Amino acid sequence: MALTSSESCGAESGQGPAGLPFDWPAEGVTRVPFQVFSDPEIYKLEQERIFRGPVWHFLCLELDLKETGDYRTSFIGDTPIIVVRDREGAINGMVNRCAHKGALVCHKERGNAKALSCLYHSWTYDLKGQLMGLAFRDGVRGKGGMPGDFSTKDHRLQPIRTAVFAGMVFGTFSDETPDVETFFGSEMCKILKRNFSKPVKLLGYHSQVIHNNWKLYAENVRDAYHATLLHTFYTTFKINRLDMDGGIRITDAAKPWHHLSFAKRATLEAAEEYKTAEVHSAAYENRLSGPELIEAWEEFDDGITHSIQALFPTLTIQFTLNSLAVRWFTPRGVDKTELFWMYLGYEDDSEAEARMRVMQSNLTGAAGLVSLEDGCINEFVQRGTRGSGQSANAFMEMGGKTVESSEGSRATEVAIRGFWTGYREIMGFA
Amino acid sequence: MNRSASVLDPAVRARVTDFLVDYAHAIDDDRLEEWPGFFTDDALYHITTRESAEADLPIGIMHCTGRGMLEDRIKALRTANVFEPHTYCHLLGATRLTDRGDGVLEARTNFTVTRTMQDGGGEAFAIGKYLDEIVVDGDAIAIRSRRVILESRRVDVLLVIPL
Repeated sequence: MALTSSESCGAESGQGPAGLPFDWPAEGVTRVPFQVFSDPEIYKLEQERIFRGPVWHFLCLELDLKETGDYRTSFIGDTPIIVVRDREGAINGMVNRCAHKGALVCHKERGNAKALSCLYHSWTYDLKGQLMGLAFRDGVRGKGGMPGDFSTKDHRLQPIRTAVFAGMVFGTFSDETPDVETFFGSEMCKILKRNFSKPVKLLGYHSQVIHNNWKLYAENVRDAYHATLLHTFYTTFKINRLDMDGGIRITDAAKPWHHLSFAKRATLEAAEEYKTAEVHSAAYENRLSGPELIEAWEEFDDGITHSIQALFPTLTIQFTLNSLAVRWFTPRGVDKTELFWMYLGYEDDSEAEARMRVMQSNLTGAAGLVSLEDGCINEFVQRGTRGSGQSANAFMEMGGKTVESSEGSRATEVAIRGFWTGYREIMGFA
Repeated sequence: MNRSASVLDPAVRARVTDFLVDYAHAIDDDRLEEWPGFFTDDALYHITTRESAEADLPIGIMHCTGRGMLEDRIKALRTANVFEPHTYCHLLGATRLTDRGDGVLEARTNFTVTRTMQDGGGEAFAIGKYLDEIVVDGDAIAIRSRRVILESRRVDVLLVIPL
């Protein structure tokens, strides 16, 4: 085991989880020990306390499960999951692991099935995960077969709790997870409902493998400080975004680990020369040779033209100009993460609106003009913190040392401190 | 027997396949400023995945319409985007060319693109096919539409140099 408390950087000795001596620096969440990004023991403990703990995890979009028998495979941490719509219309989640030998029951990412059948020995489950039958139960020609006390009723796929909110399906292993709205907080849910107020349709998706611990990406999406420094596309092309008014809203839920970062075009509203212009157009000044890239329209009347909402642990909803996307990431080991980009539009989009969403998709994703840097920057941290021992920490005091909403400024690391506040608590890293 | 393919002038065929090889070499040799010049002014350049193409989804991984957007991509790569330096090597399969008869040739070419990082690590980065519409007008050859269909929906690290 790699963890010791012998080098605790002068902090008072904290009480780590049982069998896992670990000291969080005395400065609290303005410091993060680099060790948490590379220690396999901590990764294992996260699987238990976060991924199988009292947390709602994004599983898939509800639009993946339109018809009876539609299923999606997904993951909660390392654990493979099936989500399926049953004959009563309910959405059920269960571990994708046959009760017989542990093989994957569904091996495709999506499909439609009357029943869920394991390929290995034909153990077959209904759409609620209950075992219905299996091959050669009574043996062959009177020989072999299951013993007399075998009952299909005693076997099923391990169920998980599921909830559907704002077009997204969530799952949790824990009976103690509060309902979704309590877990995310009312303010976060208000924005989710705003973004998913109309039926959505999938416009495209892909994934990106990034070579870093999952928490580095979780920090990255909460890091308002880096946005204009690392992602210089807007400044390089002198794109006048006119949306400097904005801020960070930390959730009002029990743990401050979700947040909304937003920007408004308030400056545009105030400027005299814009009052006579088309009110709902958003002609961003720029020096692009292909300016239609950022052609946009005002979609909501709350003035918010850019928002990133990070929901603990691994879900982010972006609404950048008119580009609505669900970014969901899942660990693939202690130093590898898969990031899924799901681009959405509304079913009632006009042709012009649909075209603008396609154009704006160039801004984000694996080849995104304002996001591609995140594919490598977190890896640079992963590589840079190798060999850091047990006494080196990240320093995060931009915007203060507390975890409070920051209206009017995004030059702050407050949302990252919020993430670590919740993380320490659920992990027992006092 | 494909009638239209049989009447394609072998000289035109040779020039078009040379053109497609030149495109790949321009990228491999880091002559990226030449890249937009392989396209018509109103060209479509679209990178997507096999799954998304089969599902007819409009959003892929990169979408440029018009040469201006192609130029912006290269300008962004050179001056704005931050990434670990790397080079590509295109391995092109044989091109299947079909004359549509309206001055447009359709071309399908499989490719493997390896990516070599500055630390010496290299790997097959992108595998897929080009589905092209190519305009031949006298001596001029240009791509009117290039759809880059990747076999995998998973991109390793990031995609910034065009394929």
